[in-house]
Order: sequence, then structure tokens, then C-alpha cells
Amino acid sequence: MQSISEALGLALGLVISADADLFEIVRLSLYVSLSATVLACAFGLPLGALLATTRFRGRGVALVIVNALMGLPPVVVGLFVYLYLSRSGPLGFLGLLYTPTAMIIAQTLLITPIVAALSRQVLEDMDREYAEQFRSFALGWVQRVQALVWDGRYALLTVALAGFGRAVAEVGAVIIVGGNIDHLTRVMTTAIALETSKGELALALALGMVLMTLALVVNALVYSVRATATRSAYA
Amino acid sequence: MRLSTLLAAGLLFAMSSPLWAERSILVQSTTSTANSGLYDHILPIFAKATGITVNVVAVGTGQAIRNAQNCDGDVLLVHAKAAEEAFVQEGYGVSRADVMYNDFVFVGPPSDPAGIAGGSDAAVALTAIAETEALFVSRGDDSGTHKKEMALWASADIDPTGASGTWYRETGSGMGATLNVGVGMSGYVMTDRATWISFGNKGDFGIVVEGDPALFNQYGVILVNPSRCPSVKAEDGQAFIDWLVSADGQSAIGAYTRDGQQLFFPNAQ
Repeated sequence: MQSISEALGLALGLVISADADLFEIVRLSLYVSLSATVLACAFGLPLGALLATTRFRGRGVALVIVNALMGLPPVVVGLFVYLYLSRSGPLGFLGLLYTPTAMIIAQTLLITPIVAALSRQVLEDMDREYAEQFRSFALGWVQRVQALVWDGRYALLTVALAGFGRAVAEVGAVIIVGGNIDHLTRVMTTAIALETSKGELALALALGMVLMTLALVVNALVYSVRATATRSAYA
Repeated sequence: MRLSTLLAAGLLFAMSSPLWAERSILVQSTTSTANSGLYDHILPIFAKATGITVNVVAVGTGQAIRNAQNCDGDVLLVHAKAAEEAFVQEGYGVSRADVMYNDFVFVGPPSDPAGIAGGSDAAVALTAIAETEALFVSRGDDSGTHKKEMALWASADIDPTGASGTWYRETGSGMGATLNVGVGMSGYVMTDRATWISFGNKGDFGIVVEGDPALFNQYGVILVNPSRCPSVKAEDGQAFIDWLVSADGQSAIGAYTRDGQQLFFPNAQ
């Protein structure tokens, strides 16, 4: 219990002193996980919309697979990406291993199924709700999807946040493909793992507190954007 | 789309991430040299002298060697002489040089259930641990430390893996993680002295066995073979190796202390 209060003090100290190493690590964490979230939405949302609004043979199997992939272990994703990006792997010539780009690729693979599966559920529920109106207006598929995505934008924002939360919290994938290199690929979670392995438990916990605060700030930002938008819409 | 605007803003904010330094090499390394803070001490000195940034991936010796075999690194710095020599012999590395040494120690709880405290014979200590079935926490990860531990068990004519899960616990993790487990469950752990001295979560544990010549721990450095791996930065990698074994590098290693204790002893020929 003593180390928790010690960690709180350390965390405050790190933030107040504007520790340069900490800010570098925080910036890289945000860069990697936000990039992965944007990419995962770019791939996952269309996939989710397609699965939600179309009926085809094997759709049930596809849904089960996408849902199951939400449980992808980060370390397996990391290993998979490592084997591809390693100098001896098929994409080794790109020289991407141990770079932030490799970490973005891994996290994108990790959270695209989450974005796809959750947005599929959101859009399908709304599609069912709107079915009669869609029929009465005789809307085409494109207009239907547009209407669903626009009306479901706040729910989809929460979907994106779920993906971001998973990305920023995982350590298994980025430590394999990033290598936890100081000043190059060290992010919050790999720094926490490192301090834990050095037995600096209070410092590790302090970094964890900073990471939690970071997630809180990102969520608060998104919430305030949403609140402002809602206000202006009904003003 | 407000979502994309917001995320784009976040990206711009985070865009100024560090890029590869202009001249840099990648070292596949064992964890003890990184976790003990040695690199934080010597790498800035090397960078100042040569302008070359050294990036370190710190993993267990087994994984470091496998990564280097896949050409994912320019230099290999580990501590498992037999595996290192095999690495060179099989053509993965150019040549191997001794850099420095320290030693392994056994750490354990003050209750000392196997009664080995104060000893200086690793085989005797392991025999006592096996006979009393006192908890022993092993790396179990094919690292340099794990290879050494297995060699010591063999020299005591004991195969502890049959007892795995009972008194013999294999964590499959790094040195620090294994020490955390050992301290948590009051089990003996074999660790390199550098990691132990700089370890922050010792609890009430102390060194129980040390000083056996069999506990000698030699670190070696190897340039990954550029004719096998065209991506290897041979010139800068060799510059780092040359510096490590030079008088400057050796004295930088010898000058690194933690709590007033020297962690690594340079012994390049």
C-alpha cells in the first residue's frame, strides 16, 4: 500500500516537472495509438457497414470470425507482424521493424476487428429500427449507409474510443515489433513493463497513473466535442 | 466528419515523433546490460566520440540471438559463450570478442529453507535445494542466465525440470520479472549480480551463495555477418565493437558503478 502513495507522488512529480523523457514517451504513445485508431476506423467502419447492411451467403460465418478476432492476443499480432517485417521476412526490405510505423501496423491489425464488429452491431440495430422509413423513401444502399453512419456517429465515436483504449493499453504487440528502444520506440506500456522488470514498482505504477490520465483526457476531449455538437444542433 | 477532424488534430500534435538518427546502429542485447543502466552510462560517451547513436533492443540472450539470425540488428551483445561461438561458426556472425564479465549469485529469503546461506559452491547449493524441495524460481526462457543455470544443475547431476510446477518454478520471463516472482513467493533465484544490485524490489532478500568460479559470467560482442545480411551497417557496427574493446570503452565500462559497487569488469584482450 505504501508504494501506491509513493507512486502518486512520483506521478505528480513527473507531470509537474514536465519530465522531457516522459513527454517524449507520451507523445509517441498518442501518435502510435491515434494513428492506429484512425486507420482501424478507415478499414473497420466500411467493413462493419457492409456486414450490417448486406445479406450474403456465409455472412453468419463472417460475423462469427470478426467477433472472434476481437479477442486477438496482442502478442500473437506482434509475432505475426514481426515475422513479416523482420529482415528475413517477406516485407523485410522495407526496414520497418523497430520503428513507430511497425507499431502502428500491429495496433491497427489488433483493433480493426473491434471497430468492425462493434460498428456492425450499432449500424445493424439502427438499420432494423429505420427499415420502414428506408422502405417508404425507397432509399438506395449508399444513401441508407450514409444516413445510418450520420445518425449513429456518436455511437460510432464510442466504438472508435473502444479501439483506442485497447491500442493505447496493449503492450504485447508493440514490445515485439517496436523493441522498446529508448527515444525511438518506447511508449507508455513498454516503459511500464521495463520499470516493472527493473523492480521499480512505484515508478511503474506512477507511469500507469499517467497513462490512465491520458486516456481520461482523450475521452473527455471527445465527450466535450460531442456535447458542443449536440448543443449547437439543438440551439 | 468531426471524428476525423479531432483525430487528425491529435495526429498533428503527436507528429513530431523521433525519427531514426542519421548514423545509428541497432544492438540486440541481453537485458542485464540494459536494466542495470550500463548503456545509459557508456552509450552517450560513444555517441560523443563517434556521432553514432546506438539503439538497443533488450531481450533475453536466446531471443537476441534469434533476432540477429533474422538479420534484425547490426551487433549482438549477450552472455552465453557456447551459443555465441555457434552463432559465429554457423556464419551468422563475423567474429566474437570478450568485452567484460561479472558473476551470477543466488539470492533467497532470510528464512533460508534449504540452509545454503553463506555458501560458495553452486552445485552443493542446488543439491540442497533439490533435496529439501525448497522453492526455486527459474528463468525458463533459454536466456544466457537460464543456459548457465541448466549447466549448473547438470554439474550437480540433477534434472529439476521433472519437478517443474512443484518446487521448481519456471517463469519464462526476463531476469527482473523472475526476481519479482521469486521475491513474491520466497523462492531462491539465480541472477547476474548487475541486475541484482540495481534491482529495486529486493524485499527482504539477500545474496545467499556467491564466489563459485562456476558462476563466472562472460559477456561477448559479435558483428552480425554483413555478407549474410546486407542490411547490416558493418562499418558503424564494427566501430562500436572496436570502441567497446578499446582502452576508452573498457575504462568507461569499468567506471560504471551503482550504490558504490562496480557492476561489470572489462576483460577484452
